[in-house]
Order: sequence, then C-alpha cells, then structure tokens
Amino acid sequence: MAETEIKNYNLNFGPQHPAAHGVLRMVLEMDGEVIDRADPHIGLLHRGTEKLIEHKTYVQAVPYFDRLDYVAPQNQEHAFVLAVEKLLGLEVPKRAQYLRVLFSEIGRELNHLLNVTSYAMDVGAMTPMLWGFEERERLMEFCERVSGARLHMAYYRPGGVAYDMPEGLAEDINDWAVHFVSVIDDLETLLTENRIFKQRTVDIGVITAEQCFDWGFTGPNLRASGVPWDLRKSQPYDAYAEMDFDLPIGKNGDCYDRYLVRMHEMRQSLRIIHQCLENMPDGPCKSEDHKVTPPAREAMKDSMEALIHHFKLFTEGFRVPAGETYTAVEAPKGEFGVYLVSDGTNKPYRCKIRAPGFAHLQAMDFLSKGHMLADVVANIGSVDVVFGEIDR
Amino acid sequence: MNIALQELNDYIANSLGEMLIEAEIRLDELIITVNRESIVDTLKFLRDDANCQFKQLMDVCGADYPEQEDRFCLIYNLLSMTHNFRVRVKIWTDESTPVASVTSVFSAAGWWERETWDMYGIYFSDHPDLRRILTDYGFEGHPLRKDFPLTGYVELRYDDEQKRVVYEPVKLTQEFRSFEFLSPWEGVQPLLPGDEKAEGQDADAPKEGT
Repeated sequence: MAETEIKNYNLNFGPQHPAAHGVLRMVLEMDGEVIDRADPHIGLLHRGTEKLIEHKTYVQAVPYFDRLDYVAPQNQEHAFVLAVEKLLGLEVPKRAQYLRVLFSEIGRELNHLLNVTSYAMDVGAMTPMLWGFEERERLMEFCERVSGARLHMAYYRPGGVAYDMPEGLAEDINDWAVHFVSVIDDLETLLTENRIFKQRTVDIGVITAEQCFDWGFTGPNLRASGVPWDLRKSQPYDAYAEMDFDLPIGKNGDCYDRYLVRMHEMRQSLRIIHQCLENMPDGPCKSEDHKVTPPAREAMKDSMEALIHHFKLFTEGFRVPAGETYTAVEAPKGEFGVYLVSDGTNKPYRCKIRAPGFAHLQAMDFLSKGHMLADVVANIGSVDVVFGEIDR
Repeated sequence: MNIALQELNDYIANSLGEMLIEAEIRLDELIITVNRESIVDTLKFLRDDANCQFKQLMDVCGADYPEQEDRFCLIYNLLSMTHNFRVRVKIWTDESTPVASVTSVFSAAGWWERETWDMYGIYFSDHPDLRRILTDYGFEGHPLRKDFPLTGYVELRYDDEQKRVVYEPVKLTQEFRSFEFLSPWEGVQPLLPGDEKAEGQDADAPKEGT
C-alpha cells in the first residue's frame, strides 16, 4: 500500500477574528490540529505615532499616548509626562502626583476588567464580559467627570494634571471602590473554580522565569511565572513609594496563573485607590512654573506676565533642554517605556515607545508551538495584547 | 549622584576595555557607547557578568542624525532585575554597514530589530527572519528617517469601479503646513545687518598675515 503523505497546512487567523483582540493576522502552520509555527503579522493598525510626535510640541504629543493602549490610556500618558518632567527637571506638587496615581490605578482596573472578562469569553464564558463592562462604564464616567473624555482622557500634563477633581467625585469613587469588591468576588465565583475555564487554561502556554527574561516579558505575565517584579515597587515613581500594596505572583506561569494574578491585582489596585482618596493632600494640581503649565484663567485678566505665558505656551509650547531619557512605568500590561530625545527645541527629536504587548506577542510562536488551535485563542487572551500599542 | 551607579559605570568601563568608546551617567541613567563590531560581546557580558546581570532587553530602537557621518544611532535598553539598574548601550552606524543581530543573546531582540530595519533601514546580519513588520506589505522606504516626509509617498483608497483597494501617489488637497513657532529671539543667534562685515574682516585678517 502506498504511504499516505500528510502535509502541513497554513491557516489564516484574523485579521478580523473576534478572539484576535484587534487586528491581528496570524499565519498558523498546522500539523492536523497542532500548531507547528505561529507567525503574527502586525502593523495593520500602524499610524506612525512616533513620526507624528516628532512633528508636534510636547503637550500636543500627550493625546497620542491615549491612542496607544486605548484600554488603559492613563498609564501611557503617565510614562510620557514623567519622561518630559525628567528632562525638564520639574518638581510636581503632591496633589498632582496623587491624582495621577489614582487615575493610573483606575486605568489598571479598566484594563484588567476588559482583559479578564474578554478572555473568559474567548474560552467560552459569556456573563463575565457583561458584568465587567458595566463596571468599566462606571469608571469611564469618573474619567469623563475629571477630564471631559470617557476614554482618551488627555488628562496628564508635564508638571501635573490638567484640572483638579470636581466636587463630589472623590466620594463617588470611594463608593464605587467599596462596592467593587463584591463584583470581583462574583467574577471569581464564575471563573476561578469553573471546570471548563480551568480545562481551557491550566497548563496552557506555560512560560518559565528564565524564558520570560529572554523574551522581555514584564507585568502580570512575568509575575505569573513567579518573579516578584513591579516598577511601582522597585523603581517607584510619583506617589507610589507612599502606597502600601502587595504583589501577587503566580507559580506555574500558565494561562490560569496569569488570570489569577490579574484578579488579585484588581484587589490591590483598590487598596491603592482607597489610600489615594484618604491621603489626598490639598494644594495645586499642577506645577507653579508657568513656563511649563498654563496660568489660571483669572490671573490672565490682570497679569501681563500670565498672559504672555499663556500665549507662548499655546503657540510655541515650552522648550525642553537637550538630553535623553528612558522612563518606564508599570502599565497594566507590563513595562511601558518612553525613550525621549530632546534637542533643546519645543518638539521631541525622537520618541520611541516601548510597548509591553509587542514583546509579549513576539513570544506567541514559542507559546503556541505544540498546542491545539483552540489554545492559541487562550494564549492570545492571557498575554493581554492590544493593537493600539503594538502597532503604534 | 548615585554612588552604586557610579561604581557600576566604572566597573563596566574597566571590563569592556577596548570595546568601549564612552561611558557616562546623565540624568541618573547609565549610557555606554561601544564599537559597532563588539555589540554582541558587550550584551553577552552585560547579561552574564555577576555584577551586571542585565538579563532583560527591554527595547532596541534607532535614531536618525542625518548631519553626522554615521547617521544612525542604535539604542539597546537593558534592565537588571537582580540589581535594579538600567543601562543604555549605544552604537553608531551608517546606511550601508550591517550591524550584527543580538537575537543569539536575547530572543526578544528579533522583533525590535525587525522594527528598526523597517523604520530606519539599518540592516542586521545573522538575523533569523528580517522582514518588515509594521508597514504595509510591499511598502517602500523607511518612514522614521528624518528625510522621509510626514505625509509619505503613497496613499490608498477603495476604488468603486475596480472593486478593490488601489494605491496612488499622495495628493494633498491643501499644501502641507509646518507650523514653526520657535521664537526668533531666544534660540537663534540674531544676525544684525552689517554683522557679517565685522566678522569677515576678523576672519580674513590673520589669513593675510600668514
């Protein structure tokens, strides 16, 4: 009998696939239902952010950072303004630091809520998504109340934040944070011990700590492999040094551990939110150096100096001394870094954005090899990719 | 100044020897410039040495300085979780000289180097899979170079007659406007009418003497 030859075949996953979490095109080389090679094709959402930033003043560049990881826009802005402040050598008032930390943690909740619940939907659970989005909507309302925009806040500024919180917002965030614990509990009831969920995630996409280092993993994905590393703890920025919170770490580095780490991080974020609200100091919400931050509207009515500052800031912008810095924050997905080069003018000479998802998606080939097709979906969901930041 | 960082700086400077061009600390960040040829050895040393342990490559990126002879700067950002330090390694190259890929040292470098190739056209030798990554299939040019225009060269639209997406040269309905608000009295040295005469005489005078 003639030997039957079995050929591998290629499968196109995406670019329009609900489980691809955006515009990901994966070319999968498959041996039956087992993955031999996964080749992610990215760049379908490439907008040339870095090139555009080179043509914009420093303040005009802030909104571009919202549009990177659009699930948690605050955290990206945070990295950029910290980089600019480092080059300027600018001190930020305590209240502004607290406000930024508060909204960065809200960003973390936004991100983990979306990731965990949409991930659950990828592997077959419908309800968490609906519950999660209800809470996301509440959080986005807080964002709207403080900045005017639900999603793309453009709230952080070099030197502080754009506006102070309106009256009553702190109480409402506090009420929400008190009630949100029960939502996390409900989500955990649905998922953590769920038999189907565990079958789909335990021992899938295992990555060891050494492999994490090799592939540049950061954030929850790294912590799920048992490495206690968080930039909020190890290289604290803004008011994080004053916050008391724990780092959840995983043991096995599989999809299930990554899920658990994110669930615990949501609880820890709540602790930080409570501390921010309790200890929020009074004072200005942006730097008093009006060469960098705009003066108050009232001051412009009777101060020539303030008027000049305002005019200069909104035409020329401010100049940043020549220099360069790599500044990173712990974004919900991992280390989000900004490599900023200034040549002394009012526009960045080079602004490289280091997106955590880029490194995580790169490891997709390595994570998926030998798994079944359905596990690719679980892997994509669990490493948490958003194409705004990967394609830039 | 951070003493531990200074010590690390001295240690790396001593250990790298001839491979090193410059090591400095600016804004509390350690910056090392090395020879183009020794980038792989440098990163291996930084990764494996017990005092360094820079086990994670966070980022590889390029930067373009067209007025220099070696116009491209390649920047490798490393992180040591053991010692909680960051270091930035820099090498310089021109348009035609390939740079050795560091994928053998850090697997993560693969995509960052593809991106640098895509954006700047810096060629990496020994790279396992050097394709374009972010730009369109069949894209020409390297968009982050300073001489690449912001508007690009081609645009695409859906053609209703041909029932497909067509590529066309960029047509701007309005001329591209570059707003340059740098105020003239701060940055640029003012050249008053007549200044060049005074300087010209000074510059010429010694020449005649020699």
